[in-house]
Amino acid sequence: MLIRTPKPSELKENQVTDHNVYQNRRNILKGLGYLGAGALLSSHKANAFNLFNNDDETSFKTRALSFAQTTSENDKHILTPERKIITHNNFYEFGTSKADPVETSQNFKVDPWTLKIEGLVEEPITLGYEDLYKAFDLEERIYRLRCVEAWSMVVPWIGFSLQKLLQKAKPLSSAKYVAFETLYDPKQMPGQKSRFSGGGIDYPYVEGLRLDEAAHPLTLMSVGLYGKTLPPQNGAPIRLVVPWKYGFKSIKSVVSIRLTDKIPPTTWNKLAPSEYGFYANVNPNVDHPRWSQASERLITTGSLFNRNRVATQIFNGYEEVAPLYKRMDLARYI
Amino acid sequence: MFRLKKSHIILLKVIIHSAAFIPLACLYFRAFTDKLGADPVQELLHFTGIGAFNLLLLSLLISPVTKKLKQGILLNLRRPLGLYAFTYALFHFLSYLAFDLQFEWQLLISEVFKRPYIFAGILSLLILTALALTSTKSIQRKLGKAWQKTHNWVYLALVTIGLHYFWSVKSSLLQPIIYICFALILLLLRRNKLTKKFKRHN
Repeated sequence: MLIRTPKPSELKENQVTDHNVYQNRRNILKGLGYLGAGALLSSHKANAFNLFNNDDETSFKTRALSFAQTTSENDKHILTPERKIITHNNFYEFGTSKADPVETSQNFKVDPWTLKIEGLVEEPITLGYEDLYKAFDLEERIYRLRCVEAWSMVVPWIGFSLQKLLQKAKPLSSAKYVAFETLYDPKQMPGQKSRFSGGGIDYPYVEGLRLDEAAHPLTLMSVGLYGKTLPPQNGAPIRLVVPWKYGFKSIKSVVSIRLTDKIPPTTWNKLAPSEYGFYANVNPNVDHPRWSQASERLITTGSLFNRNRVATQIFNGYEEVAPLYKRMDLARYI
Repeated sequence: MFRLKKSHIILLKVIIHSAAFIPLACLYFRAFTDKLGADPVQELLHFTGIGAFNLLLLSLLISPVTKKLKQGILLNLRRPLGLYAFTYALFHFLSYLAFDLQFEWQLLISEVFKRPYIFAGILSLLILTALALTSTKSIQRKLGKAWQKTHNWVYLALVTIGLHYFWSVKSSLLQPIIYICFALILLLLRRNKLTKKFKRHN
């Protein structure tokens, strides 16, 4: 398990540091030239011909967040480098190749933003851009992200439990499922302009969870990674992270969270039901029809020669969610 | 009438060598120096796979063009293009084995027999290997009529490579469909030859 819940007695970094200094730490680093060098390394398009041109920087401005820090120096070596996390993205709204989103999303407007929690709730909620960072205490969580394509990363997310948001909205007893929806804005998202540019997907992207899955403490609404707000290619300004399910469940740039009594029609499930189930729990014993899910390539710092193929674990190693599926045949409910 | 000379063919061969070899060398240089994005493995597989398909289509375009232009000497370009198609396909497979599966032989064997697209890929590589091995002038002479028969297997490879590509993608079928259309056009251009063969076999 990689999550560390800090003891209440533990001092947080922002308590031991003068607030101004803490808020300014990115600028201080920048002043030292660290961020400049980091940004140069942070992005480049994977292209065989692009031999010398490595300087197409990410121009989207992220800012530092204050949050309960749980990463220690010990964790650092296991994390996937930030550069890899923000340049290798499946986000078909910004193009179907993994190098596309970082290229085409840099002008994405995240402010103003509206996230609605609606449907079968006693108290519908509307969160504006600033509310995303202020409505709940933010905490850092290091999760493994297992893509259905059999690669994985280790990401230090920042966010809050979806549970807290649901508690505030007070679901009605008739609510059984939660449906999430990504922004639909073809002007900003080139993949939404036509079926061809967006990989044959019927937009907007929709994902869903059973209410008990959504209310599990591991289910995170993330607003940042590596200490900063999310860049667009990773789902700015707010996205879902469900660490025990394949990555496509963790929907990006969410504008609506709707509680329903019916199972939501989810995007990949509609496109290829035999390949992408509604549950999509990480399961090494059930292969994707076209490739094995028994192992995965863990993308971290190593080079091409790194032996990074590791065994995939049931529920991606988050076995505390097993009780949610006690009486279910996981080979059938994929 | 304008006739292509040997010097033109040499020039075209130089172009083929540089256009096929340099990108492949750059690709692996970038991969080994960790300059190929977050997941160099995927990039290697995509580039070599598409590259092999491109080169194979080009090599099969040569004989219809030769006939149309009545420039028999152009046929000399088929061999380098075909050999490069094979080379790219070989690198495609070796990258899959070494960097994706990381020499898990058991996984390789089970994937080949469980996944139709991997099976189609392996079958294609075997055909291309046989064609590459029998591509020299001396073997061509030795085999006589049998050589052309052997090399007609390339049409099967064209079909299995099309299937391999089509079955391998997650969605966005547009690009594989375009490639399959090109392959079909090349087969259609040979419909007389192919239907004759088919009839004779029955």
